Amino acid sequence: MVWEDTPYPMLAINAAGVIEQANEAARLLLAGAGAGVPLARAAPAWLARAHREICAGAGRARAGWEPARGPVGERVFEAHPVHADSDRVMWWLIDVTGHRQAVESLRAEREWTGFMVEASGELLSSLNLDRCLEATARVAARRLADAALVVMPLAPRGHVIAYCDPQGEVVRADAAIDPATVPGLTEALQGFPPVPTRWIDPAEAPGWVLRDGIGEEGSVGMIALPGHGLPAGALVLLRRSRKAGFSDDEKAFAGLFAAWAGSAISVARQYAEQAAITETLLAELLPPPAPMLKDVELAARYQPAGDSERVGGDFYDVHPVAGSGRESLVVLGDVAGKGLAAAVLTGKIRDTLRTLLPLADDHQRVLEMLNGVLLTDGDPARHVTLVLASVERRGTRVALRLTSAGHPPPLIVRNDGRVETVRAVGTLIGILEHTTSVTDSVLLDPGETCLLYSDGIIEARGGPLGDEFFGEERLCEQLRQCAGMPPEAIAERVQMLASQWIGGAEHDDMAVVAITAPRDSPRGAAGGRLP
Amino acid sequence: MKDDVEERVEALWAASTAGDEYAAAGVALAALDAGVPLETLLLDVVAAVQARVGQEWAANRITVAQEHTATAVNERVLATLAHHPAARGDPAQSRGRITVACIDGEWHSFPARLLAEVLRVRGWRVDYLGAQVPTPHLVTHLHRTNPDAVALSSSLATRLPAAHAAITACQAAGTPVLAGGAAFGPDGRYARLLGADAWAPDARAAADHLADGPPPHRPASGRSFEGPPHLADHEYTLLTRSAADLVRGAMGELTRHFPGMEAYTEQQLGHTAEDLAYIIDFLRAALYVDDPELFSSFVGWMAGILTARGIPAHMLTTALDVLADRLTGFPRALTTLTRARAALRESKPGR
Repeated sequence: MVWEDTPYPMLAINAAGVIEQANEAARLLLAGAGAGVPLARAAPAWLARAHREICAGAGRARAGWEPARGPVGERVFEAHPVHADSDRVMWWLIDVTGHRQAVESLRAEREWTGFMVEASGELLSSLNLDRCLEATARVAARRLADAALVVMPLAPRGHVIAYCDPQGEVVRADAAIDPATVPGLTEALQGFPPVPTRWIDPAEAPGWVLRDGIGEEGSVGMIALPGHGLPAGALVLLRRSRKAGFSDDEKAFAGLFAAWAGSAISVARQYAEQAAITETLLAELLPPPAPMLKDVELAARYQPAGDSERVGGDFYDVHPVAGSGRESLVVLGDVAGKGLAAAVLTGKIRDTLRTLLPLADDHQRVLEMLNGVLLTDGDPARHVTLVLASVERRGTRVALRLTSAGHPPPLIVRNDGRVETVRAVGTLIGILEHTTSVTDSVLLDPGETCLLYSDGIIEARGGPLGDEFFGEERLCEQLRQCAGMPPEAIAERVQMLASQWIGGAEHDDMAVVAITAPRDSPRGAAGGRLP
Repeated sequence: MKDDVEERVEALWAASTAGDEYAAAGVALAALDAGVPLETLLLDVVAAVQARVGQEWAANRITVAQEHTATAVNERVLATLAHHPAARGDPAQSRGRITVACIDGEWHSFPARLLAEVLRVRGWRVDYLGAQVPTPHLVTHLHRTNPDAVALSSSLATRLPAAHAAITACQAAGTPVLAGGAAFGPDGRYARLLGADAWAPDARAAADHLADGPPPHRPASGRSFEGPPHLADHEYTLLTRSAADLVRGAMGELTRHFPGMEAYTEQQLGHTAEDLAYIIDFLRAALYVDDPELFSSFVGWMAGILTARGIPAHMLTTALDVLADRLTGFPRALTTLTRARAALRESKPGR
């Protein structure tokens, strides 16, 4: 029955629990196993118990019966009741030590992988510095300790501290601390030379480290958070238990986590710095968001080509005092190109026009001087089209002098629904030696609007058939329905119609300025916007 | 007090539709002086007037110009109230920071602006980004400011695909999303479908929801980035790609059905094409959220708009038939068109 030479230990045990046969492998494994020996004497208790259970049951092994499992010496075996009848059970013992170890390490591996995924999800989702500090403290407290502090130096001498308590609540505050009061913290904050995690006696740590009583009886560890070549800060782990140091698994995770957290923090920090710089520089290039003039109503809209752009080649500007002083000057223009490069050129042109403001009584002269400035640059790609509008309140009406330099002519929306095209034509600026232009004068009655716009509006391509230009005709047709509307409603409607015409397709920069003669108001002719 | 509010609604309505911003601001400031709480003024007077603007336009009782003028005046009233001392929240009671923005392509900014003002009154620090915020700008803003939540507003169901992209992007940046506005369905079903963390039907409900604490931050790893499963059939994608061709084909077909169209001016033909494109936009939105009801209710609304303007509704039914003929390979689109056609028939017995 028992195969003497199989490599697996085999035992035949009778219903009374006495060994009837044991093969060589079984005898080698279980000292004293032999025919006539009670199983309980030769084998571990778990096998004897499994045998009793089999015999007490139906007397046979059922399908789906889990093999018994237990240690024999330093190894782990599974016992399979392969052939069982009412008189005896045949046990095969299979060494599963390696398999068990593999399963166990896989489980641990999966757990750590889960932590890694969680940590990367928390750390990488936000470019916000505060969020990164908080996420670092939270994951560290959850996975590596009971509570955790992240300490980040702030120039010149301050620090930010994010603290995650044992309940997972995170607080963040600027703090005036001296890292030198915590042994190992200064080194961790320096990040170089690389220092291993340092565990200190809690008695050496100051009060701001030992929060909520955590760590006093336990242990405190200090980990450097290396950023991209520069130290991003340090992580302080607080444990309730005396157990200092990491298991091998923890060590691997802690190292990776510190590297990730350090990178995330330094990226977020750089992002914040870059964003602040960009904001400052763009503020110079962005058109004024809510331009205002004292005696006329004004609204402007601006939409750069491309969703991620904030500036482009279209621009407008509003100068309350220009020329001999009674008129204001509104400018709307379009330089060749798109994006930041074009925006930089708009900035130069706006600056130049600002210096030319004293000459604004004579549009042609302003355009000639601007032309001269652009020509001395010598780059024919740097050219611009624009509209100059000198605006003056006269009683209840608004007088406009309008000049176009290669730009779509302004449109006048009359109160009776007529839409007129201003006869203001001229050459574009920055290409030809001499420029020519015609200045047209227009009077607006209260409620009437003069619309300046860039060609991005009428050259918007799309529509229901996908390939038509929005066009001046369609723009005029829409404006006929806009009679009497306030300037912001007209500007918004024009921008909206063009955008919707385009749908999701690509488009050029778009700019709109609406200049409206105020309706009579209880405050008299001084009118203007609401306070 | 109730009559009082109704009187003020009437007064503001009259001033707004007349385009008289001074009278409108006067009504609002007088209400504050009379002790009407700012939140009541915002939600029960200004918002009520704005809602009426939309209804009156749909019923063709006011013109497009009046609609836009009234909206502009109401926005100016909001701006005036925002600078009133009553709008200053209690600085000691700082609740946190909320970003309020409209979905990319959504131009109806009034509901979002109203919410922004209500949240300010209730002590939140609010960043109001305005109408049609491109999603990249929104995400940049979230990274920079780290708000407790972002409130995304959308009125038109055709913006739902864009809303989905925005919701996913905000959540990927670790910020929970409160969705609101008519686009998300009367019960917010599309907000749930598209994975928003919370939904509110109007500004008051949104403010109440946030008062209970913003939805918790969830790391991006805990979320699924898979779209709704029905998008796997690509009907939405294909229809989006072929929309212009579909309009062109349907125009030809319509001309055969209505010989009168031969005499249309280019402008009139243009409007018909735009109407067809608009219908297809809503059909796409219905496919995106897999809800024929979205399209049926749009078609019912459009029938009302056309009828109010003296355009026979059978133009609309024929348009639906013509589209159905050209969408034979699109089973979900066909079901959606059939359901809408049936709903239209039921609402107009005898036709």
